[in-house]
Amino acid sequence: MSEITAHSAAGGSSAAAPRFYLTGEHHPENGTLLGFWLYLMSDCFIFAALFATYGVLGRSYAGGPTGAELFDLPMLAVSTSLLLLSSITYGFAVLEMQRDRVKATLGWLAVTGLLGAGFIALELSEFAHMIHDGAGPQRSAFLSSFFTLVGTHGLHVTFGIVWMVTLMFQLGKHGLNPANRRRVMCLSMFWHFLDVVWIGVFTVVYLMGSLR
Amino acid sequence: MNAHSQDTPHHGDGHATQASHATLKGYVIGFVLSVILTVIPFWIVMDKVFDKPNATVLVILAIGAVQIFVHMVYFLHMNTRSEGGWSLLALVFTLMLVVITLSGSVWVLYHLNHNMMPVSIQDMKNMP
Repeated sequence: MSEITAHSAAGGSSAAAPRFYLTGEHHPENGTLLGFWLYLMSDCFIFAALFATYGVLGRSYAGGPTGAELFDLPMLAVSTSLLLLSSITYGFAVLEMQRDRVKATLGWLAVTGLLGAGFIALELSEFAHMIHDGAGPQRSAFLSSFFTLVGTHGLHVTFGIVWMVTLMFQLGKHGLNPANRRRVMCLSMFWHFLDVVWIGVFTVVYLMGSLR
Repeated sequence: MNAHSQDTPHHGDGHATQASHATLKGYVIGFVLSVILTVIPFWIVMDKVFDKPNATVLVILAIGAVQIFVHMVYFLHMNTRSEGGWSLLALVFTLMLVVITLSGSVWVLYHLNHNMMPVSIQDMKNMP
């Protein structure tokens, strides 16, 4: 497909037949990164569906508590900062990986994991308080869609942390071989993507839900 | 001889990771911009900067969209070249689906709710 050869039809002239080359697409040697990106796009769509659900049900309070009554914006600011910081610390891990420094990479991954764990801890404590105060997912459509959307994001972060720990063990055992480098890049995409989704969550759910 | 297996950091990946060369400068710029774009919406909502909630909603949504864009460029290294343009194409396609899903759902359910609103018996009797 990358080469087309044409022969002139005019009787048997054996002078140099023109050869045509398509400077075709350059296929990457390994499709894993694109494949993972495509997975991330499908994940993005799952979140879109959950956002749409929240968009439709987010004001159906069923006489129960509203966002303005439930949301603790200062604590939200702390959670958001933890997640944003964890994005840049992951970036530092990638930079160290580019410099072939395994220990430094592990160090920054550990910091990232801890920041992520802090985010989850705050979120779990928020959920626990809400449920304790009677504002659980069964109270209203608003709360059902809230817990589903925010909970799904939190589950993603949790699985990301599990992956991170696993990857750290692999890095400890096998160092920065090609497979581990790919995995660090895939987790990088995953982690930044979760921060992107969180921007949507804190804007649409928490900030907009706190108005009025 | 091990000359070939692990030469430079980029050699083992071929061209696949060419577009995702991270730099400290890029991450720091992205981070600073993100912080600014986070602080502003929080401040707008917590200090009730605008009178009308509609204005607040529009502004924080717009700022959120900008921050998502910042994340895409500086953290996810989104550009037209990565994976031969397939990354960006996949993203654009997904965004299209997302916009249709979000706007479509809100639109349909808004009208559904409106049309399903209970009517009084009097009005009901007058229906064709």
